[in-house]
Amino acid sequence: MFSTRRRLRLPVPTGTSCLIVAVTAGRVTGPRETRTTTMLAFILKRLAQSLLVMFFVALIAFLMFQFIGDPVHQMVGIETTLEEREELRETLGLNDPVLVQFGRFVSAATTFDFGISYQHKKPVADMILSRMPATLELSILSALFALAFGVPIGVYTGLHRNTWLSHVLMTVSLIGVSLPTFLIGILLIFVFAVILGWLPSFGRGDVVDLGWWSTGLLTTTGLKALILPSITLGLFQMTLIMRLVRSEMLEVLRTDYIKFARARGLPDRVIHFRHALKNALVPVITVTGLQLGSIIAFAIITETVFQWPGMGLLFLQSIQTVDIPIMSAYLILIAFIVVAINLVVDILYYVIDPRLRSARNAEARS
Amino acid sequence: MALLQVDRLRVEFPARQRTLVAVDDVSLSIDAGEVLGVVGESGAGKSVTGAAIIGLIEPPGRIAGGEIRFAGRRIDCLPDDAKRHIRGREIGSVFQDPLTSLNPLFTVGQQLVETILAHSDRTAADARRHALRLLEEVGIPAPAQRIDAYPHEFSGGMRQRVVIALAICAAPRLIIADEPTTALDVSIQSQIIALLKRLCREHGTAIMLITHDMGVIAETADRVAVMYAGRIVEVGPVRQILRSPNHPYTQGLMESIPRLGSDSAPLAQIDGAMPRLHEIPVGCAFHPRCPDASERCRETRPALRMVADSASVACLLFDDGCADD
Ligand SMILES: Nc1ncnc2c1ncn2[C@@H]1O[C@H](COP(=O)(O)OP(=O)(O)OP(=O)(O)O)[C@@H](O)[C@H]1O
Ligand SMILES: [Mg+2]
Repeated sequence: MFSTRRRLRLPVPTGTSCLIVAVTAGRVTGPRETRTTTMLAFILKRLAQSLLVMFFVALIAFLMFQFIGDPVHQMVGIETTLEEREELRETLGLNDPVLVQFGRFVSAATTFDFGISYQHKKPVADMILSRMPATLELSILSALFALAFGVPIGVYTGLHRNTWLSHVLMTVSLIGVSLPTFLIGILLIFVFAVILGWLPSFGRGDVVDLGWWSTGLLTTTGLKALILPSITLGLFQMTLIMRLVRSEMLEVLRTDYIKFARARGLPDRVIHFRHALKNALVPVITVTGLQLGSIIAFAIITETVFQWPGMGLLFLQSIQTVDIPIMSAYLILIAFIVVAINLVVDILYYVIDPRLRSARNAEARS
Repeated sequence: MALLQVDRLRVEFPARQRTLVAVDDVSLSIDAGEVLGVVGESGAGKSVTGAAIIGLIEPPGRIAGGEIRFAGRRIDCLPDDAKRHIRGREIGSVFQDPLTSLNPLFTVGQQLVETILAHSDRTAADARRHALRLLEEVGIPAPAQRIDAYPHEFSGGMRQRVVIALAICAAPRLIIADEPTTALDVSIQSQIIALLKRLCREHGTAIMLITHDMGVIAETADRVAVMYAGRIVEVGPVRQILRSPNHPYTQGLMESIPRLGSDSAPLAQIDGAMPRLHEIPVGCAFHPRCPDASERCRETRPALRMVADSASVACLLFDDGCADD
């Protein structure tokens, strides 16, 4: 049967998987109701789960302030007297009960106020916002790259399992999965920047400032600078998508409805690209969506290799200087993005797959 | 001339150590408008025979011998594209499980229309009208409201009706129905059988009805072929075979059917199980289970030969010693 549970054995080999599991657990339960109320209940339930996840993330981010270093110590110079420090503690509210402090922290975070960076003495929110476009552009381009190559290659290797090209592609993809990201980045830099000199090895190139967003998509140097980092960041996801599409295609091609479609005399083209592909892509949508979250989170490594001025690089630098406001803000923001994407993907999945509703009903019945 | 003529069909599946012969030397024929029942234990080769006829044996399996003729034309060695035109257009198919026969992501209307368009030059609008007519014909109530529904919104019986509508999209002359009622509730089974019978009567469609259910055969089929271990052991008119089966296996089958009214004798069972493909014995495949087996049965494989008026049986008990195999 078309269990949605089966669709959930997702290869999500990332640090965000615990979040994802927390968010996707309990998806396939629910009473038998009319479509709209079920849909509403489903969304509300998922929303509640997302809020719960965000609560715990905020708690961790908050606890960082409590356990890693003393904020006052970070903010003042050596010559500050004890009285002055105590006064600062009082004005910062650090002597209030922990719960009160946490409440204040959360309410500030909801208004996008993450305090002042210890190191840069600037509002953390502004710093992160100015870095966000770089990371998002890189991540989305990587995801598009992964999809644009992963899906067709997956379909090809699924349909033509035993051609030599399929074997080559599968072998190469295995290498792609097993090589660490930074090594791929360094290799690409070595070949395309150092030896061939075609593409830049670091930075974003020229960016155009649109006021609220700085983009590298409008200049040649900006576009060129995006190529290597996008491939580096997207390669792993591409191989993942390709293998997923391939295995889904193989599985779908074995189903009765494909056999029946053949028995109905439909042309191969229709069977492969209309019937099989659509069914194979349902789980791919979920995985790609979920992967987008982990791409954003894992941009840190690529941003480091390519000195890409994004949020990840900022986070890494903030670790070196123990700039806790930046670290905690980054943590909350990334978690928020991942949770939001998961939520959207789940709702999308629910809308796309007409079976999901009946699958729940069937499970409730059996 | 028979509509479908299968001669000495042999289907093989290459396995790791040896080649498995799933269908061995099967000959059968179906006339226009006739219902041929095919019965036999699980694994007897019924489905593989059906798949071979519509050219859908899955590689590495292959037709290793024999001929299949449809309306006089040889169809087993056609190129893929020509085979596709036979499927659906000349020979329709109904599968066992209506839950899994339909693509869950497409409405029944979409699946009907694409099938109609694959076999005709109709316009899309015309194809949709035809789809509505078909749904009506197979007994879907209020087809205009149901045509845009997804398969999961139909009950099992209704889905099997949709499957039948898909099978008759291009008005085929033969329908191969592989256990069309096995997956359905008992109360629905007779409705589906009645529907198939009505189509057969009204359109003169021939049906190859594969089933385990002798009751269905008795009620529906004109002739019946009994398969055992990849071979046909007995074939003939239903009434004759039901009344006086010749082959010991068929006799065993008949004795194992519960009959209304005759609750005297306990149901008999044939001892043992049908051999799996890699351990089919030499000689008659049934001899280890046969109460009447003789020394000769262990060595000589019986050929299908005519006994009585129109029934044939593959058993040495009916062989007058003039084996010419
Ligand atoms: N793709 C395949 N590869 C290998 N062996 C196969 C394949 N398909 C069928 N067989 C074998 O062929 C034999 C006949 O199978 P078939 O499906 O025709 O049986 P059947 O009479 O339809 O049984 P059932 O009543 O269970 O449907 C079985 O032993 C089966 O294992
Ligand atoms: Mg079968």
